[in-house]
Amino acid sequence: MPFQYLDELAEGFLTTLSLTLLSAVGALVIGTVLAAMRVSPVPVLRAVGTTYVQLVRNTPLPVLAVLFALGLPVLGPSFGFFTWAVLALAVYTGAFVCEALRSGINAVGVGQGEAARAIGLGFGQTMRLVVLPQAFRTVVPPLGNVLIALTKNTAVAATISVADITLRSNALITSSADPLGVIGASALAYLVITLPLGLAVDRLEGRVAVVR
Amino acid sequence: MTQTRAPLVVLEGVVKRFGSHQVLTDVDLVVGAGEVVVVLGPSGSGKSTLIRTINRLETIDGGRIVVDGQPLPDEGRELARLRADIGMVFQSFNLFAHKSVLDNITLGPVKVRGASKAEARDRAMALLERVGLADKAGASPAQLSGGQQQRVAIARALAMQPKVMLFDEPTSALDPEFISEVLEVMKGLADDGMTMVVVTHEMGFARSAADRIVFLDQGRVLDDTVPGPFFDGTSSPRAREFLSKILAH
Ligand SMILES: Nc1ncnc2c1ncn2[C@@H]1O[C@H](COP(=O)(O)OP(=O)(O)OP(=O)(O)O)[C@@H](O)[C@H]1O
Ligand SMILES: [Mg+2]
Repeated sequence: MPFQYLDELAEGFLTTLSLTLLSAVGALVIGTVLAAMRVSPVPVLRAVGTTYVQLVRNTPLPVLAVLFALGLPVLGPSFGFFTWAVLALAVYTGAFVCEALRSGINAVGVGQGEAARAIGLGFGQTMRLVVLPQAFRTVVPPLGNVLIALTKNTAVAATISVADITLRSNALITSSADPLGVIGASALAYLVITLPLGLAVDRLEGRVAVVR
Repeated sequence: MTQTRAPLVVLEGVVKRFGSHQVLTDVDLVVGAGEVVVVLGPSGSGKSTLIRTINRLETIDGGRIVVDGQPLPDEGRELARLRADIGMVFQSFNLFAHKSVLDNITLGPVKVRGASKAEARDRAMALLERVGLADKAGASPAQLSGGQQQRVAIARALAMQPKVMLFDEPTSALDPEFISEVLEVMKGLADDGMTMVVVTHEMGFARSAADRIVFLDQGRVLDDTVPGPFFDGTSSPRAREFLSKILAH
């Protein structure tokens, strides 16, 4: 029975939950900045944004995680594995947040940005006050998908020895000799995060829809 | 008369291309303070492009544009500051869809001019009063008719206390029954001495409100004259042809 293992996964669950929350915040910040760069009138910023997205999106997440946890410390910074996992997840997911936001920004009519500039708002103000608030509303569903994928992607932390749900279940599988039961419990633990997230996204989508 | 007015907007030899397609050719135009200039011309003649170059929503490929003595700066803070002094009213209204009518009007004064919220609100209400929409302050743009949206857009532009107002076919997206309420607001502005550049197909407005008519064809100014002579028999055959088509219905 899966339920008997839930207690033992509790600590891993909390770790996965904090991985998700922290990297989600990081990814939203990174993604927003990147999206603003990719639609900016400054060619250099656009190029940097595009290169970031192409590089990061096309690197497998486990490679990125190991690169961060084992590669970057060589260059100086030293963090715990948990922090490296958060950084890798935020950097990786930021690229997807950027692309979701960018599609939303493109969906906001050009007239909105023109009207904003016409009353004297600068590029930053136009984005912050007029374009992004509308873009966020159309991207709630795709952004929700990105965050749900992020929750599942946190499992990559196990590969760099962060004791999340996945790492704990792997240990439990060996000690309990009940792989199916443990996997079931592990799946339940992830669902406890992803299901409410999905529901929250649905509700939010209904609430923020812009009437046109 | 016109010659004695201080020039507020000056275009000299303005050239605009989209790729290899030259849309404006050596356009000269002087708009004096307090003057109302109506720009006429067939579809595709470059009217929108011309008016959009004045606040640099379109960049130009040649010539010079000076607004209130200042050449249009490159994109950046200084351009933003100059744009704040140039009101623009679009064919498709372009009210901020996520903001209430009141917030549409106060956004610029608060964020660009640094006005206090209360001050901006009072001015916005006065402007809504002026365009006859004081009761719609809390509404969202989608709840308004086209005519109401366009009047809010005019109020939004006026809230910046602009030196000149640009109108790009402000009534052509409107159902016929809403056209006159917008034209009346524009007429009131003209009577109050606002400097205006108006692209329109409303000949009644052009006749009664314009100080000058500029006729554009294939990106060239073919006629730049006072309304009377223009309507009574312009010397330009293209303009006569245009007029006969437009006045036919
Ligand atoms: N962003 C653009 N890219 C390429 N070509 C454009 C662009 N905007 C306008 N044009 C072209 O420039 C020419 C002039 O367009 P403009 O919109 O200024 O004409 P207009 O006189 O306002 O016409 P209308 O009465 O239909 O509004 C047209 O041939 C149009 O196709
Ligand atoms: Mg046009």
